[in-house]
Amino acid sequence: MSAFNAIGEERDIDRNEFTPGLEPQPTWCPGCGDFGVLKALKQALPEIGKTPDEVLTCTGIGCSGKLNSYLETYGFHTIHGRSLPVARAAKLANDGLTVIAAGGDGDGYGIGGNHFMHTARENHDITYIVFNNEVFGLTKGQTSPTSPRGHKSKTTPHGNAKSPIRPLSLALTSGATYIARTAAVNPNQAKEIIKEAIEHDGFAHIDFLTQCPTWNKDARQYVPYVDVQESDDYDFDIHNRQEAQEMMFETENALHEGTVLTGRYFVDERPSYQQEKKELGEMPTEPLAERYFDDDYEWERSYDLLERHK
Amino acid sequence: MSDNELIWRVAGGSGDGIDSTSQNFAKALMRSGLDVFTHRHYPSRIRGGHTYVEIRAAGHNVQSRGDGYNFLLALGDSFARNPQEDAYYGNEELKPLAENLDELREGGVIVYDSGLIDEEDAASLDLEARAEENDWHVYPMDLRSLAREHGREVMRNTAGVGVTAALLGMDLSHIEDLMEDAMPEKILEPNLEILHEAHEIVTEEFEFTHDLRIPEGEHDEEQALLSGSNAITFGSIDSGCRFIAGYPMTPWTSVFTLMSQHLPEIGGISEQVEDEIAAAALAVGASHAGVKAMSGSSGGGFALMSEPLGLAEMTETPVVLLESMRAGPSTGMPTKPEQADLEFTLYTSQGDSQRVVFAPGTVEEAYDQTRMAFYIAYEYQIPAIIIYDQKLSGENTNVPVSFFDREPEPTLGSTLTEAELEEAVHDASGKFHRFQHETENGVSPRSLPGQKGGRYLATGNEHTPEGHICEDPDNRVTQMDRRLQKLEEIRRELDEEHESQQTYFGEEDATYGIITWGSSQGVVEEAVERLNEQGHSVKGVGVSDMMPFPEQEMTEFLESVDEAMVVEMNVSAQFRGLIQKELGRYGEKLTSLLKYNGNPFEPAEIVEGYELNIEGSDTEPTAQMRLEPAAGD
Ligand SMILES: Cc1ncc(C[n+]2csc(CCOP(=O)(O)OP(=O)(O)O)c2C)c(N)n1
Ligand code: SF4
Ligand SMILES: [Mg+2]
Repeated sequence: MSAFNAIGEERDIDRNEFTPGLEPQPTWCPGCGDFGVLKALKQALPEIGKTPDEVLTCTGIGCSGKLNSYLETYGFHTIHGRSLPVARAAKLANDGLTVIAAGGDGDGYGIGGNHFMHTARENHDITYIVFNNEVFGLTKGQTSPTSPRGHKSKTTPHGNAKSPIRPLSLALTSGATYIARTAAVNPNQAKEIIKEAIEHDGFAHIDFLTQCPTWNKDARQYVPYVDVQESDDYDFDIHNRQEAQEMMFETENALHEGTVLTGRYFVDERPSYQQEKKELGEMPTEPLAERYFDDDYEWERSYDLLERHK
Repeated sequence: MSDNELIWRVAGGSGDGIDSTSQNFAKALMRSGLDVFTHRHYPSRIRGGHTYVEIRAAGHNVQSRGDGYNFLLALGDSFARNPQEDAYYGNEELKPLAENLDELREGGVIVYDSGLIDEEDAASLDLEARAEENDWHVYPMDLRSLAREHGREVMRNTAGVGVTAALLGMDLSHIEDLMEDAMPEKILEPNLEILHEAHEIVTEEFEFTHDLRIPEGEHDEEQALLSGSNAITFGSIDSGCRFIAGYPMTPWTSVFTLMSQHLPEIGGISEQVEDEIAAAALAVGASHAGVKAMSGSSGGGFALMSEPLGLAEMTETPVVLLESMRAGPSTGMPTKPEQADLEFTLYTSQGDSQRVVFAPGTVEEAYDQTRMAFYIAYEYQIPAIIIYDQKLSGENTNVPVSFFDREPEPTLGSTLTEAELEEAVHDASGKFHRFQHETENGVSPRSLPGQKGGRYLATGNEHTPEGHICEDPDNRVTQMDRRLQKLEEIRRELDEEHESQQTYFGEEDATYGIITWGSSQGVVEEAVERLNEQGHSVKGVGVSDMMPFPEQEMTEFLESVDEAMVVEMNVSAQFRGLIQKELGRYGEKLTSLLKYNGNPFEPAEIVEGYELNIEGSDTEPTAQMRLEPAAGD
């Protein structure tokens, strides 16, 4: 018998279950793209049969980090840049959980960049949504790792001398096995991509364009957008690393030239970290967290490990 | 000091296999009924360098490496091969002999491998004259040829052990047994031949001039040889810890690798991750999801854990962290012990943060206090830290096997089951009140993700009972007070429901006290014993509870003495400072004896510190240490 009966529970799920009661109300600015992520998640989760109690949403710090304040799931609002290590450990501890990590572009590509690279490399079976508004929203609009060259803000009064990070390319070279970009202004595509990402077995990265009307007035609202799968102008195989790479490169360039390309970029069937670790005998096949509730489990003890010391 | 003790030092190049040789020899001594204590010296140079291991063995309890030593097996450095480097390093081969002579006691025995160390070179050390002067007994022997004749050159260790055993009049049976257990058939045969041959040559051909013989002893039960790192590992396993995340850093690496060896075998998970920020964050994430988890590092890596540590405190996520100190600041001296991260460990992380910190003083205490750390962490939902150092981590000593014959304690502490959650308080949208205002002892039981009916938000921001971010002043004060209350409750529980974690020794009615903490305990204990044997009246205490501080016990101790000396391996008297901060007085009673040259205290140094202190003489200590008199002096 499981101690975690929310996991895998089969029942009708009402969309509203993912919306808190009166409190807390989102404090995001009117027109903020973050609403788009919240809405897409609220739609995606019930559609793939997830209940609030079997989902753990780990966020970083930023406007984006408030996501799990407004989404009824188990939540862990961590510290700036560290949602990924918390999220992936929770998944290792109890791999029945559906684990979603989320945070801003500063959070994920800047201060937490090292974790992004390594979590992708290790291919943890979790979904990572980066709210990419190309600025530091919460701290009042400073230049972020995805701000375009020339971007002016209080920390770069003469314009940003740095070229922006390439989030999709970085995910690809690091080892992510599902990579997509969507935009808050495209709720249907966003919902579908989130569903695919959660169902993907491995590290799924979504670069989610979320407009920040308060601090990033230069950036338009990411409209019009183009879905690279639907447009006849683009033709590439998302299972082909080289082709994906070229398409990502073009997409990243295009954003700063005014064309918003979105869609799925790469999908790979490489086994997830959890699978690899289990196969090597480095991780138990049953969720580890269950063991603490199993009254029949015979806990190993050091007394039986003393032979080498005698 | 007992005359009837052996302190055997085996010195060689760092690739000469002296670790396994000494480990086995220590076990042989233990099996023959002696109490043993090992000390490993680490070379300070990157390029190999020569090193040594010391084994102290006696028929009575030994709790430190002692002072000096009385038997040297100088293997010479077989890895010193690059003649071009002579100019920089001198004669490498000779160093294991040359550099160890200063600490050899009068009447000591020297065996060196004349196959590697030229007898003429040895003569250049004035060995004969010095031997005469110090009553040393020198036995050169060509261990290398003997090893080559029966096996391979690396087996000269075995020859050295054979010679040692012969000179000490020690029976070979335990050594043979251990070799049989440890060696595959192919190398066992030649090693046994070498052992016997060396033993025979010495017994039959050498003329013994020394008095030193193997001490006699007997154990009334079976013993195991363990280090502090082993004990912390075992304490963690017996607490049901099945998750560790880390990043290598000396000396913390030893626990990390031991756990990584054991965990997969017992269905646990070990994760080597990208950095220490991640390591601590992973431990927090795993614990949040319902697994007993730990992480750790040494100074620099622990610095990176500061923010996740604060997150664990604020979200009340149980976690156990290790701080395996080494000499700082910055990269400092990676392989040298020091106790200078105490304040850092107590106070790192922003805000009025709080955690539990224990500093075990012995191998047994390392086991017990690791278990206590897990118990407290999970019961009170607070980070618990074990602070220790290279000294405790690497020293091996014998512990009765029966010590470990206890029940494991895999409980998750104050965590609810789904059935209990049904009865718990929820808000209108079904969120569980994870951080309730009203509690008995500050602890509000938690749920785990995936449990039905336990949904809540954990956040590093100040929060309401259901976890919503909240800056309301009343809620703030209530939540702060509740969290801070836990530390008081822990103190109360430690005082009232458990045996004290402080270790007292010496004469109860003495009016002079020596106080120490963590790994310096054994040495201080021995020094106190010696002082009392010399007719002084001294008592001592090794303190382990760093936070919450054992206010009552320390007040009682300090009230009972006129004067006390605080012994610690740092330059800023951090523990003395802690006593004064916590108790708000006693500045005029407390003298500090400090050492920070990278080497732990020896008992004789503490005896000297005491003498200087009571005689109030202006003479400088002979050893590299510092005496800082009490404020009123
Ligand atoms: C260690 C640390 N450094 C800095 C901050 C301050 N800080 C909070 S959020 C943030 C950046 C937010 O930008 P982003 O991650 O892009 O999130 P957004 O607000 O745009 O969603 C910063 C610098 C912090 N909380 N912690
Ligand atoms: S500052 Fe920008 S990112 Fe933050 S809530 Fe307002 S619009 Fe959204
Ligand atoms: Mg941002």
